[in-house]
Order: sequence, then structure tokens, then C-alpha cells
Amino acid sequence: MKKTLLAFVFALLPGLTLAAGGNIHLDKADVDLSNQQSLQRGAKLFVNYCLSCHSAQFQRYNRMARDIGLTDAQVIDNMMFASDKVGETMTIAMKPTDAANWFGAPPPDLSLTARSRGEDWLYTYLRTFYQDESRPFGVNNVVFDKVGMPNVLWELQGIQKPVYKTVVGEDGHEHEVMDGLELVQEGKLTPAEFDQAIRDLVTFMSYVSEPIQLERKRLGWWVLGFLAILFVFAYFLKKEYWKDIH
Amino acid sequence: MAGSNQDKWQGGILGWVDSRFPLSSLWNEHLAKYYAPKNFNFWYFFGSLALLVLVIQIVSGIFLTMNFKPDGERAFAAVEYIMRDVEWGWLIRYIHSTGASAFFVVVYLHMFRALLYGSYRQPRELIWIFGMLIYLCLMAEAFFGYLLPWGQMSYWGAQVIINLFAAVPIIGDDLSLWIRGDFVVADATLNRFFAFHVIAVPLVLVGLVAAHIMALHEVGSNNPDGVEIKKNKDENGIPRDGIPFHPYYTVKDIVGVVVFLMIFSYVVFFNPEMGGYFLEPPNFEPANPLKTPDHIAPVWYFTPFYAILRAVPSIAGSAFPGVAAMGLAVVILFFLPWLDRSPVKSIRYKGPIFKIALALFVICFVVLGWLGTKPAEGLYTLMAQIGTVYYFAFFLLMPIYTKLDKTKPVPERVTH
Repeated sequence: MKKTLLAFVFALLPGLTLAAGGNIHLDKADVDLSNQQSLQRGAKLFVNYCLSCHSAQFQRYNRMARDIGLTDAQVIDNMMFASDKVGETMTIAMKPTDAANWFGAPPPDLSLTARSRGEDWLYTYLRTFYQDESRPFGVNNVVFDKVGMPNVLWELQGIQKPVYKTVVGEDGHEHEVMDGLELVQEGKLTPAEFDQAIRDLVTFMSYVSEPIQLERKRLGWWVLGFLAILFVFAYFLKKEYWKDIH
Repeated sequence: MAGSNQDKWQGGILGWVDSRFPLSSLWNEHLAKYYAPKNFNFWYFFGSLALLVLVIQIVSGIFLTMNFKPDGERAFAAVEYIMRDVEWGWLIRYIHSTGASAFFVVVYLHMFRALLYGSYRQPRELIWIFGMLIYLCLMAEAFFGYLLPWGQMSYWGAQVIINLFAAVPIIGDDLSLWIRGDFVVADATLNRFFAFHVIAVPLVLVGLVAAHIMALHEVGSNNPDGVEIKKNKDENGIPRDGIPFHPYYTVKDIVGVVVFLMIFSYVVFFNPEMGGYFLEPPNFEPANPLKTPDHIAPVWYFTPFYAILRAVPSIAGSAFPGVAAMGLAVVILFFLPWLDRSPVKSIRYKGPIFKIALALFVICFVVLGWLGTKPAEGLYTLMAQIGTVYYFAFFLLMPIYTKLDKTKPVPERVTH
């Protein structure tokens, strides 16, 4: 009985996550959604740096205010550059057709990017822009090759250049492969401060991708607790009925 | 008892109803005087659990329908509206998405129980066939439902599956066009899939479930010993090894239901994406007919058959052999009652050949499922081909190896 129960549990837990982005190493974002300071800093970065080209069309300003510990007034005064009513969602004025002309493809809506791409992907992507003169905006990206987006955070991060190393490939010839990035011009933030800023931004984007996350986990414990108590009653009820079956 | 007011009152109303509708006799026939073998084990929880999941899916589905827009321009946003703006919408949606996977978990375990104890054998062939039809409906229901959120995986998954019909010789192209209702998967496809998902298939499903249970209650349940309890009745005509389904198995099934709900709730509240297996990450991106995802994989419950589809090489540029193999992999299950020629039903009294064959079959099915999520290349394809051969060999050789196998004597009465 115990063995079969365990087997059942394992049958339900496929466990392993699906591989996200080929074989490029992704850094761990380690977001903490219960950290409201981090969420607020992330929200500020989001409205300042992302929300002019990208929308978050499913996220309402007033819900964001309530969920990350701000008042409606604070949001109206400091964060609403693109809309005028606090009950509205984070839409932008840029037309997708114009955007497609300027960037090659319209900047995607960011409501669900943390779920479709993953938090670790975002955290790595936003930190791995590097100088590449062959690209229209002079930058390329390690996890998103030939990306159409300029490095809007370069003032904070500084400018990175790739470092190459020579390896011998399977065909016996030598190849140059990218071995990492080095900072060639410092930004306003130190690398550690910049990593934290991106972590804050990804934390906020994770919140935006599923605003109910914290609440559902909190409720989950109550539901499981209730079921655990119900199990005790159900178990002894069964035992009571079955005591005369031999 | 006789003469108390309460009895008269109950008798009054119940008597009035019973003379117009067989309420008491239905209750007795299917619950209070339906005698089930007393030796049911763990594997016998999954029938009632499947019924529970069906109810969960219908109820949560009704509430989703109230807020969903089956429209190519609005479907994706409607799901996010449910997730964010509808009161408790997120819970209803996660219950429904988790329920879909839970349905297949429960039904696969329920079918495995039948394999273990020979529950499909004479006189229960029709129960098995109704069950298989339910399984077919369930696959159709899951496939139609998966298009509705209108994400990238919804869209391209439907595209891939509908294109399978295009592989049918001669009529293929017209057939797939007829199914889609457009030259690509589009609004017309979404609308018809919605109609099939919310009314056509569920209607058939509920009817088949009724037939499945009626057939079961006609012949009586099998049990882990594969002994017919109706062959040994007492002076009142009640099987000596039988106990009334209600209250004994109702109270027992409640325990199973609570344990199931704990696992179910864990997924709903703590892990609704289940590592990308229950809700696939690319499906959080809206459907885009111009952008094919790098890697299209069906949801986990279809992957064993998807692996079989891709394992069979195409002949003269036609993918039809693979499609046919996938179809046959499901169809062959219908013939199981006549493929098993063992003199005994239960694995408890079957010999080592069947035990090994079944164990290998389980491994083969799980590995095929895993391969269905992987790209079809190199070693993966070879493994899928070996798995496909074994899948069919398990069934096609069954008449031979079940006859050769050395069985043990079956007891007169059920064991504990």
C-alpha cells in the first residue's frame, strides 16, 4: 500500500523542468516576491526604462499599487507617465506598426514574459548585452542573438565587450568562441548594484506575470491543512465501518 | 421501527416517488445493494476518482465558459482576464488546467489496474470497450480544449495534429482543410473547437460513463484475485465475498478522494505549471501564425503516441505510416479482451512471462512518453523505434505468451 502510494505520488511529479534555452548557461534570478522593497524598486525601473516601448497590457496600476505596498496617490504621482486613470492597464502610445519599422519587430508585451521565457532567462538576458558594431543599435546579446532591442540600461551598467578564447572544434580546426563579457566602460552602478537592480526588475516582472502568486501559496497552506484534518476523520470513519469485514 | 412517525413520513414521500420513478430501486441496485468484492486494494480508487475529476472539470468548465471569449482576437486576453480580473478566476482556471492532467493520470492508473487484474476479460469486454471509448473522447476533449487559451503551443500543437490528417492518402488535404475551416488554424477553428470542447464531446463522454457503469453493475466488479464472487452466493442470493458498495466503499473512497485532493491542491496552489508539463511556458505567448516555436511538444499525456508517430519513418515522402501507427497504437487497446488467452485473469496467478512483459510495457510507455518531449533525432529516434516495436509486440504476441505462461491455481474465494 505504502509503496504503491509512493509510486502514485511520483507518477504525479514529473519534477524535472523542461530545458528553456538550448545550452546557454542561465544565471539564477533568485527572486523573492515577498520583498516589497525589491518589488517597488523593480516597478520604478520598469516604468522608467521599459514602459515607453513595451506595454504590460494586462497589469492594472491600482492593483500593482495594492500588491506591492504603495498608495494610489504614490503611483499616480510617480509612475503614471503613460496613462491617466489609476484603474487602467499599463498600455503605451507607441503603435505596433511604427515600432516594427523602428526596431524590426514590435517590442513584445511584457505582461507574461517572466512566465514564457522564465525568470532566469530574463535575469541573464538583461545583463548580457555587449558591444557589436554590426548591429543597428551597436549591441548584441548573449542569450538572444541578433536582438532588435537597444541596451536601454547601458547608463546604469556601463558598456561590455566580449572576451574570446580559441578552442579546437570537432573538425580539428581552431575556432574563436565567446568566453564571457568584460566591462570596458563603467556605468552609474557597480556590477553588484546593477545585478541587484536587475534582480529587482525581474522580481517585479515575475509579479506582473502572475499577480496572485503569493496569495495562492498562502491559501494553499489553509487548503492542505483543512484536507489533512478531513483525512483524519475520513480515515477513522472508514475504519469504524470496516471493523466487522473480515 | 414500525409505526414511528418518521418512518411513515419517509415512506410517504418516498412511496409517492417510488410509484412514479424507480428511486429506491436505482439506489439499491447501484449503491446499497450493489455487492462489490471485499478485497479491493489501492488500484480500485481510480474509478471513483475519475468520476470525481469529470465532475470537477464540468463544474470548473462551466464557470470558465461564463468568462471566456472564443474569438481569435480576444481568446488569449480572455484567459488573462480570468486570471487577473475575475473573482477567483485564477483558481477556477488552475483547477481546470490541473484537472486535465489529473484526468489522464487517474485514467492511466485505472487502465493499468485492468491490465493487472484482467478486468477486461469475459464477461467484462463491453466495460473495457466503453472505457476505451471514454479514453478516446478524453483525448479529443483535451485536444480541443488545449487550443482555447490561444497561446503559441495551443496554436502550433493544433496545427501539427490537424496536419496529421493531411497525411491521409488522396483525401488528406481536403480533410485537414475541412477540419480547420480555414487554410491555417484561425478563428473558425477556434470557434468549432470551442463548440466541441464545451458541449459535443462532454455530452458523449457523460453518456459513455453512464454506459460504462451500467455495464459494470450488470456483471459485477472484478477484484485483485480475478475470482467471480457471484459464483458463491449465500442462501439470500448475496455473494459471500461481496459487501454493499454503500456504505463500505463510499466511506473508503472518501479517504481516497481526500488524499487525491491533497495532491491536486498541491499542484493548483503551489505548482500549477508543474515544471512546464501541465502548462507549457510557450503558451504564455499569444498565438502567432508567422512565428513557429523552436520546439513543438504536445502535453505529456499525448507524448507516448507522439513518440510512436515520429518513430515510424515516412515512406515515399508520406508521413502516413507514422500516423497510421499512432492510430493503431490506440485501436489495438480495444482488442485486449481477445488478445489475452491466459486461463487466469489476475496477475497474482499469472506466470513470470506475463509479469515481465507487463513490467517492460510500463517502462516502454513511460520512456516513449519522455521521448515524445524530446527532439526526434539520433539516439532518441532509435529508442522510440525500439519502444514502438515493443509496444506492438506486447499486444500482438499476447495470445502466444499468455498461453505458454505457467499459471498458478486460482482459489475458490477471494483472499485477504
